[in-house]
Amino acid sequence: MDFALTEEHNMIIESARAFVEQELYPFEDEVEKTDQIRPELYESIKQKALEMGFYAANMPEELGGGGLDTVSLTLLEKELGRANFGLQYIVARPSNILQACKGEQVDNYLLPTIRGEKIDCLALTEPNAGSDVRSMECRAERDGDHFVINGTKHFISHADVADYVILFAATGVEDTPRGPKKKITTFLVDMGTPGFTVEQGYHSVSHRGYHNCILNFDNCRVHESQILGEEHRGFDVANEWLGATRLSVAAMCLGRAERALEIATEWAATRKQFGKPIGKNQGVSFKLADMALELKAAELLTLYAAWKDDNGGMTDTDAAMAKLKATEMLQMVSDEAIQILGGMGLMDELPLERIWRDHRVERIWDGTSEIQRHIISRAMLRPYEQ
Amino acid sequence: MKVLVPVKRVVDYNVKVRVKADESGVETANVKMSMNPFDEISVEEAIRLKEAGKATEVVVVSIGTAQSQDTLRNALAMGADRAILVEADGEVEPLAVAKILKGVIAEEEPGLVLLGKQAIDDDSNQTAQMLGALTGWPQATFVSKIELGDGSMEATREVDGGLETIKVNMPAVVSVDLRLNEPRYASLPNIMKAKKKPLDTKAAADYGVDVTPRLKTLKVSEPPARAAGIIVGSVSELVEKLKNEAKVI
Ligand SMILES: Cc1cc2nc3c(=O)[nH]c(=O)nc-3n(C[C@H](O)[C@H](O)[C@H](O)COP(=O)(O)OP(=O)(O)OC[C@H]3O[C@@H](n4cnc5c(N)ncnc54)[C@H](O)[C@@H]3O)c2cc1C
Repeated sequence: MDFALTEEHNMIIESARAFVEQELYPFEDEVEKTDQIRPELYESIKQKALEMGFYAANMPEELGGGGLDTVSLTLLEKELGRANFGLQYIVARPSNILQACKGEQVDNYLLPTIRGEKIDCLALTEPNAGSDVRSMECRAERDGDHFVINGTKHFISHADVADYVILFAATGVEDTPRGPKKKITTFLVDMGTPGFTVEQGYHSVSHRGYHNCILNFDNCRVHESQILGEEHRGFDVANEWLGATRLSVAAMCLGRAERALEIATEWAATRKQFGKPIGKNQGVSFKLADMALELKAAELLTLYAAWKDDNGGMTDTDAAMAKLKATEMLQMVSDEAIQILGGMGLMDELPLERIWRDHRVERIWDGTSEIQRHIISRAMLRPYEQ
Repeated sequence: MKVLVPVKRVVDYNVKVRVKADESGVETANVKMSMNPFDEISVEEAIRLKEAGKATEVVVVSIGTAQSQDTLRNALAMGADRAILVEADGEVEPLAVAKILKGVIAEEEPGLVLLGKQAIDDDSNQTAQMLGALTGWPQATFVSKIELGDGSMEATREVDGGLETIKVNMPAVVSVDLRLNEPRYASLPNIMKAKKKPLDTKAAADYGVDVTPRLKTLKVSEPPARAAGIIVGSVSELVEKLKNEAKVI
């Protein structure tokens, strides 16, 4: 087993760290306070990300992306994850699912999205369909060579800046041995298509400057050429391409935890009470040891899953374990970091309170912690099923 | 014109260095190593000269252990074209480095050699000057601005009294100072390209240079801890202490 990073990996880490520190950190306060990213700022960060080749780093090189393997991408996303979420997301990693684009979709959606000319968002979740996503009520009914879409999606991230949505809608029901099951189809729907409106969503405790939206479809007509993948096979494309987003969540949690731990360590070493650095008390130093241990464990699980992905063997369990461990680790590390800083940990002078707030969504989106545990245990129990 | 840029692998500037328990040197095991920051500035300057059409090729060279390859790859990822590793174990002193560089210059025939003014590990600040002497080339040290002319260059030097601009004939040896430029960080495509760029490996002996150290390090120790300051109660107490204790007035 070889755990060593290559020199290329180290260079990616160093360049990404420099980018994050020089181009993103200086604007964190502004975004945290205003909950907005000014359009000029958005554009200038995007241009720099394009120049640096970080933009669409997840996409294949032959399509104009960064062509990173999963381990390298994980290391890059870990560094990006250190910064305010909204700012780091300007360095877009378009949904991998777009690689299912065919024919004209390649020129109309895939390539412009990789070049940064278009931004995608992805809509599965509905008010009545969260973890149980297949129960979705949004439906698309065939009408000749068109589909008529009706329904509502909510919690849809960055739909306010997106040019189109990768939409999942029910296109029928099939009978299976386990009872009736909805057939799902994936569509590419442009913003501005008649019958499709986007409204600002709810205000979240996490991720200032990064917004979620509500998508309404009211007799919205789209041509069948807008189907991504095949009709009724929406979950096949999702299953093939969306596992990677769990690693992405895990990777970003690692970066954030590392930043919190650095702040806490320095504080423990320099803050003096009762005539000595507080880190000289085991009550404080043992916290640091446990934080470092949790971070390392999460990092190993994440890189292990990434490595398996590169070598063609990542399972749902691998991705679920990485996501579960990294997000729950961030809860512990961000909370203990604040404890080590005391009152100062809560103040917005430092990024800790932000990291603590931001961690909360990570245990919910892209599959809640319970759903990850369900995925892991389901695979364990399956051999015993009658 | 070809530009030759020597680069050194040193303990990263962010690392809090520690003296080894046996006081033989500083701890380098499991310590992050990077390119000497002054050398990053010279690599950057060379790449900028190439981008401006004033240089045709940027060759980087490092003298050190096999791990110095990492430093060379970094320079290639920044945009250098080609690398040479001259393998030598242990500490190589400035004079030996300068002699090897003289050999590399004889082979490569660059029009300009850009070196960092010093390496942040031993802070010797000698290699460029020694190289200038050995080659007999004009030298400009502590340079914060370079203006290339025809067969000569104007170099702005940072000297104690301010800035001094000198004209030197080319080929020349230049040592760069902090304010010359701000080095770029490598872009993703350039990082990927770096591993395909040529990296030649040589040995110190290829240049007929004996790298045995001429100096013996007797002991390396931590700098003395600074004593805590005191707070004085009044101006007259301050003056009294400055006069009688510190003896500075
Ligand atoms: C800020 C934000 C941005 C988002 N962005 C997007 C987006 O861009 N696109 C998109 O499609 N979705 C998005 N989501 C939706 C996200 O994926 C869902 O919130 C998530 O899947 C959970 O669904 P839910 O919130 O409806 O919770 P529910 O599914 O209602 O779950 C409520 C609770 O019940 C538990 N639970 C549910 N089922 C089970 C079970 N079988 N066993 C045990 N426990 C269970 C859950 O773990 C949870 O604790 C976003 C969410 C947020 C908060």
